[in-house]
Amino acid sequence: MSAGTLPAAAVPTDPKGAWRHRLADRGVDRTLWLLLPAVIFVVALFVYPFLYGLSLSFTPTKDAPGIFGNYAKFFADSYYRNTIWLTLRLAIPATLFNTLASVPFAYWMRGRFPGKRAVTTMLVVPITLGTVLTAEGLLNFLGNAGWLNRFLMLIHVTDTPLKLTYNYWGVFLSLILSGFPFAFLLILSYTSGIDPTLERAASTMGASTWQRFMRITLPLLAPGLATTFSLAFVMAFSVFPSALMLGNPQGEEHVIAIAAYEQAYTYYNYSYASAIAMIMGAVELLVIAAVQAIRRTFYIGTTGGKGA
Amino acid sequence: MTVAPAKEFSELRLDRVGRSFGEANALTDLSLTIKQGEFIALLGPSGCGKSTALNCLAGLLPLTHGSIWEDDRRIDTMRPEKRGFGMVFQNYALFPHMSVRKNVAFGLEMRKTPPAEIKERVAEAIELVHLEDQASKLPGQLSGGQQQRVAIARAVVLRPPLVLMDEPLSNLDAKLRLEMRTQIRRLHQALNLTTVYVTHDQEEALSLADRLVVLRLGKVQQIGTPRELYSQPANAFVADFMGYRNLLKAQVTAVEGKQVVADVSGIRVRATAMTDLKVGDATIVGVRPDDVLVAGPGTTSDGFLVEGLIEVVEYQGREVVTEVRLPNGLSLTLRTDEDLHAGSRVSVAAATGRTLAFADDNTVTRVPDLGVSAEAVAAGES
Ligand SMILES: Nc1ncnc2c1ncn2[C@@H]1O[C@H](COP(=O)(O)OP(=O)(O)O)[C@@H](O)[C@H]1O
Ligand SMILES: [Mg+2]
Repeated sequence: MSAGTLPAAAVPTDPKGAWRHRLADRGVDRTLWLLLPAVIFVVALFVYPFLYGLSLSFTPTKDAPGIFGNYAKFFADSYYRNTIWLTLRLAIPATLFNTLASVPFAYWMRGRFPGKRAVTTMLVVPITLGTVLTAEGLLNFLGNAGWLNRFLMLIHVTDTPLKLTYNYWGVFLSLILSGFPFAFLLILSYTSGIDPTLERAASTMGASTWQRFMRITLPLLAPGLATTFSLAFVMAFSVFPSALMLGNPQGEEHVIAIAAYEQAYTYYNYSYASAIAMIMGAVELLVIAAVQAIRRTFYIGTTGGKGA
Repeated sequence: MTVAPAKEFSELRLDRVGRSFGEANALTDLSLTIKQGEFIALLGPSGCGKSTALNCLAGLLPLTHGSIWEDDRRIDTMRPEKRGFGMVFQNYALFPHMSVRKNVAFGLEMRKTPPAEIKERVAEAIELVHLEDQASKLPGQLSGGQQQRVAIARAVVLRPPLVLMDEPLSNLDAKLRLEMRTQIRRLHQALNLTTVYVTHDQEEALSLADRLVVLRLGKVQQIGTPRELYSQPANAFVADFMGYRNLLKAQVTAVEGKQVVADVSGIRVRATAMTDLKVGDATIVGVRPDDVLVAGPGTTSDGFLVEGLIEVVEYQGREVVTEVRLPNGLSLTLRTDEDLHAGSRVSVAAATGRTLAFADDNTVTRVPDLGVSAEAVAAGES
């Protein structure tokens, strides 16, 4: 642009210029075009499949008449209705454990110290391995002849092997193994974001380590805990391969993702499967809404750290 | 567990306190005795170890050398929460999730003070810093100056035997800085608080402190009252900090008792020696802009008298600050209330008593060096 055209655009009496100024004030200018690829991506990969699934779930079938037929069928069938409870029974305790157990470790590791990178790298490995590989490993580790049982029998904690596979505990432990690193890394980033001088200030004012944690760190961490819980919960609620491999997928670990899968690929009932997927999403949203409601009772502003 | 109410001490003694980070010594051999009620300023450029010294006092940083004594009780091994010193942080470190009132009450709650007393003392402290109307707000809703006052209220509400302040005014604008400076001084006098105050601003240090400690690279350069440091800086570094803007490299050509004659790139200056100087030594001659006088015709001066060209005149209200280019190429800054104009010539002079000579220990980096004139070298060698 030549220097001559610049003042013209800045003169507010020029109607086109004024309009552009008002838009720019609200963040609308030509740079918005840069968002286009992202918008296309989101529409193609998220909005479209979601809307498609939603409309599919309202498509009546032979045994499920009416738009809400598939939903009515789900809640009428106790085997299917029960999947919500069976999944929550796994996902909530596992997520609670992952989130809460991360706090002391993250608190302890919040500062800078040599080897921090090595520890975090080690923790990322289970995430990168994927759930199938971890489930396979756990199957070997927790099985009747697995290391854990052999060790427990060797030290005479138990005489008969503990049953830790093909049941609740197998799936639960796999959710911990894959979910803990995720929760931990998130919480670690939240604890590192809290200004360390706050605790130093509290200590000059007479607060012990425990008081500093309870009165300063924990309240400032609450929003991070809520976010971590929500994300980790969504991951755990959609538990699928480990329920299949480490649980009893037709019985006590008939989780909701398995229900949707079997409707889609065993019975080829896509509209029923879509309805189940929608119900799954709704339950997740309900839990997240509850968590956010609790979070709102805490302070949610800056934590004075680097991110502030 | 309750924290015992802070006991007043009559003397706090730092004995060769030092702190290293690995190989680097952030603070070396700081020995200082602080009397009850005294206001001490730690002064020095960024990175000289001021915060390190303060954190060592507060107990936030363990010492690597030396000891700290409260009368005859050794405290450097005690944890910060046991020392009971109040601290004001540079970034205020207010708890962002607590209201002003809660922030101020925090320390009292930690000390298990009865609720009625907490209420009363918090209200008193908030009144002291004039924040009654803001007491229910969160720190994020306050201006910088108000946050600063909360930080001070929070520290003094505990009636600590010692208050530590780490550059408390450095994040404020100039006008507010002056206001808060007065408030801090007023509080200090009203509450008889023993204070250690860290700053890199010499004006702040001079106006607030009873005694100053000047640090450079973790080492004490001089400890003294503002008057002592101002009129008798121990070395060129301290002089630089105390406003001796004219610091010129020179060579000693003669020593006469406490006075030396120095050659400043061809100009002869008679100065008062502040350090041991011998003939031929490299020296730095320092004189403050206020002590350089405009000399009328017929004036004589024992320090120096030289004619130069006025290059820059900076108007500062009652006075002007002028840069005068000397015949040897060096420039001299002076402050005067005379009406000077750029481009005209002027004779400037300073008395020997106000012209100081220090050993050139390479501590001041901004000293212009035009090389020493040939005559001076010859004089030095003879
Ligand atoms: N935690 C630390 N680790 C390593 N070096 C440090 C640490 N804290 C301070 N230092 C070093 O110690 C010196 C003094 O620092 P500091 O006391 O913060 O200076 P000041 O407060 O006077 O600006 C600096 O050179 C700084 O780099
Ligand atoms: Mg500092």
